[in-house]
Amino acid sequence: MLTTLVRVIKSGWANFWRNKWLSSAAISMVSLAIFGITSLILVNVLINSLIDDLEDKIDVSVYFKLDTSEEEILLVRNDLVKLTEIKGVEYISTEEALNRFKERHKDNEVLMQSLEELNTNPLEASLNIKANETSQYDTIASFFNQGNYQEIIDKINYLENKAVITRLASITKTIRQVGFIILLILAILAVLVSYNTIRLTIYSSSKEIKIMKLVGASNWFTRGPFVIEGALYGVIAAIIAILVMYPLLWYLSPKITTYLPGTDLFYFLQVNLIVLLFFQILIGLVIGVVSSLVAIRRYLEV
Amino acid sequence: MIIFKNVSKIYSANCHALDNIDLTIGDKEFVSIAGRSGAGKSTLIKILIREEKPTQGQVLWGKQDIVQISNRDLPLWRRQIGMVFQDFRLLPNRTAYENISFAMEVGGRSNQEIERDVPQLLKLVNLVERAEHFPNQLSGGEQQRVAIARALAHRPDVLIADEPTGNLDLLHTWEIIKLLIKINELGTTVILSTHDRDIINGIDKRVVTLEKGKIIKDDQNGKYILF
Repeated sequence: MLTTLVRVIKSGWANFWRNKWLSSAAISMVSLAIFGITSLILVNVLINSLIDDLEDKIDVSVYFKLDTSEEEILLVRNDLVKLTEIKGVEYISTEEALNRFKERHKDNEVLMQSLEELNTNPLEASLNIKANETSQYDTIASFFNQGNYQEIIDKINYLENKAVITRLASITKTIRQVGFIILLILAILAVLVSYNTIRLTIYSSSKEIKIMKLVGASNWFTRGPFVIEGALYGVIAAIIAILVMYPLLWYLSPKITTYLPGTDLFYFLQVNLIVLLFFQILIGLVIGVVSSLVAIRRYLEV
Repeated sequence: MIIFKNVSKIYSANCHALDNIDLTIGDKEFVSIAGRSGAGKSTLIKILIREEKPTQGQVLWGKQDIVQISNRDLPLWRRQIGMVFQDFRLLPNRTAYENISFAMEVGGRSNQEIERDVPQLLKLVNLVERAEHFPNQLSGGEQQRVAIARALAHRPDVLIADEPTGNLDLLHTWEIIKLLIKINELGTTVILSTHDRDIINGIDKRVVTLEKGKIIKDDQNGKYILF
């Protein structure tokens, strides 16, 4: 059993080296496929980080009437935090709101003067709410429709921004879905192209396979070397793909960052290098081994 | 002992490759199957090595019916026979040595056995110096000798040669035939199919003549006769 395994591996290795040109062709195709699939995943990472960024900018503010006490607001806040949809709630007191207002409009003298003439703080305290997902703001807004809150709440800006938020939510959802479908289609294409290349390499050995069978080789003894060859294609292709990708991203990532601030693909690659390499080797192995197994089937019937 | 019982092979309604063949081949016999192209020689041999199944009939090897061997057990049967083909059928990516050792690896023989037997086989076919050559570096006659050495690697009881000299010139042809006779004298049954009149007349052994899928003549020390 062990001798057989060693023989199968040896002969797969020998086939691989003696068909250098065919092997290189197959490796380049599989490598391109892996490179393509990984790039698509990176693009998806990019899109997702952009969407996350966008979604993070969405929030809802609830403004309380001027005579509401701080305790009452904090009670509301405690209730809010219990909701599962909530990602975070920030309390902004009237003083804080005033400070922020002044900071924001310090260059606008007319506003500043009129504020000073008022002598009182006209700004309301508010709760700044962020939800886990954009679609959940509706639920959160309806939370405040309960009777006892109505008395202390002045306004909820969600109602004013509702149209924009829902549209944004549907856009981000569509982008994610379309991105995923494109990823899937291109990945399938890449796999099919590699499968066909490996099929051709096996077709070129179809006579050999027949001879092996006529000399008395069992199916597995015949198949084995081709499976090993396929696996070698996959592993080498994966390593080549990452060797090309690393310097490429090192060069491209800063350029992408200038266009899309807040993204750093090279950093992502560095952090996930091992996982990514394992993932690529896995793709390569699956493409190589499964293609060989499927392609050789019809030639074994001798 | 190989016994063909009532064997027919019908490819289509008007193509009867074999028609009710009854044939017994004894142990250690040298049998030539003669006949023109299309007489059914190749079909007979393909059925014997189970490259094809007959439409009806039995092929007995001892008590075993070759026709009934399952696909799983087929390799075991093929390891009991040696095959030599007109087009040599060597593995192009392996050296002469490796082509022979492959047949032994397939049978699960140990490395020691392989290292002991392959040089002996190469010596038998007189190709010791060519051991590390690939098939495309060998002449036709040399390739066929490698193929014969490979066929013998299993130590088969029967060696089947289907037009083994069809692609060779006269000189190499007799080289191969002499080798087959030598192998037969060493105790292996040899079944040789050929349409070459000179070979059959020169061997002076049993000749079974096929014509349109039927046995029309079966002579000890036979001659090739054209009708």
